Amino acid sequence: MPTDPPLGTPTDTYRDHPVRSYVLTGGRAHPTRNTLRPETLLCAVDDGRELPVAAGRHERALLETCRGTLSLAELAAYLRLPTSLVAVLASDLVDAGYLAIRSHAARDTPGLDLLEEVLDGLHRF
Amino acid sequence: MGSTGSEPGAVHLAPTVERSVKVLVVGAYGVGKTTLIGAVSEIPVLSTEETVTTASVGVDPRRGEKSTTTVAMDFGRVTVGGSTALYLFGTPGQKRFWDLWVGLADGAVGALVVVDTRRLEDGFEVLDQLEEHTHLPVAVVVNEFPGAPRHELEAVRTALDLPPGTPVVSGDLRGRRQAVEALKALVAHAVRRAGGSVAA
Ligand SMILES: Nc1nc2c(ncn2[C@@H]2O[C@H](COP(=O)(O)OP(=O)(O)OP(=O)(O)O)[C@@H](O)[C@H]2O)c(=O)[nH]1
Ligand SMILES: [Mg+2]
Repeated sequence: MPTDPPLGTPTDTYRDHPVRSYVLTGGRAHPTRNTLRPETLLCAVDDGRELPVAAGRHERALLETCRGTLSLAELAAYLRLPTSLVAVLASDLVDAGYLAIRSHAARDTPGLDLLEEVLDGLHRF
Repeated sequence: MGSTGSEPGAVHLAPTVERSVKVLVVGAYGVGKTTLIGAVSEIPVLSTEETVTTASVGVDPRRGEKSTTTVAMDFGRVTVGGSTALYLFGTPGQKRFWDLWVGLADGAVGALVVVDTRRLEDGFEVLDQLEEHTHLPVAVVVNEFPGAPRHELEAVRTALDLPPGTPVVSGDLRGRRQAVEALKALVAHAVRRAGGSVAA
């Protein structure tokens, strides 16, 4: 009788996540969990701080790829991992201070100001 | 292949970009979604494998379980106005994948529904689902495949029973201009729905 996988294990390939997560966040809370969307913009924090030796290869590859600004979806595509998994990795890296969220907090629906600005930008193509 | 080395070729956004918006591109199989995304995207179209939970599709009905299956989602990106990244997420129109785009709809500007005049009824189904599960502004994009019957856009509007004010545009989606026109029509519609006015 299969049981539900624990939270944060979207795929079978990532069963060891809680351990890695602990390495990164030192057991602190995960405030960023569930706040990342595919279009959320992320960028590695460039302060010379090294990842702990025990950090996983996925985290390393993520930070390497994200030296400039990219969305969560782009990271997933470049890393060839499901977006749901990369969201878990990225949120731990954000909470541990290695990765920064570049885009403003996502709103339910884009506001009129933003929509008008986008339309304006499209008109200039 | 599961490569997790440092990936070459990541095309980063300009440092001036500090926010993002998204548009969904939905439509039936082979209707031109990826073509439209590629025509407007500033990066090569990217793709991810998403896990979706589907109820009882190809699953032993006696066990009544949900199964998870992976589905490819492709997307592109275009920077508008210097500080905003616009993402276009193409999602399959087949019924069993509706969960995927309903999940993606949160926070979206709207949806471009791509239709093929030879299979208008497929578009009907997608529009129904959008209306039922989301509140997204919608614009219909008629893909003018060679040899497909040319309908007046008003006839398409009637056939699809579109709510008044829903933009309908058409063209060869391989061209960037047509793809941008479709986006403009959708965003202008979203502006009007948000209470703004749009110069004609
Ligand atoms: N001549 C012509 N061919 C087109 C046009 N749009 C798409 N095609 C072709 O139609 C085929 C399907 O287009 P895609 O963009 O892959 O369609 P899709 O909706 O992404 O398909 P799936 O992701 O498989 O559902 C491709 O071979 C395209 O080259 C068009 O406007 N004119
Ligand atoms: Mg496609």
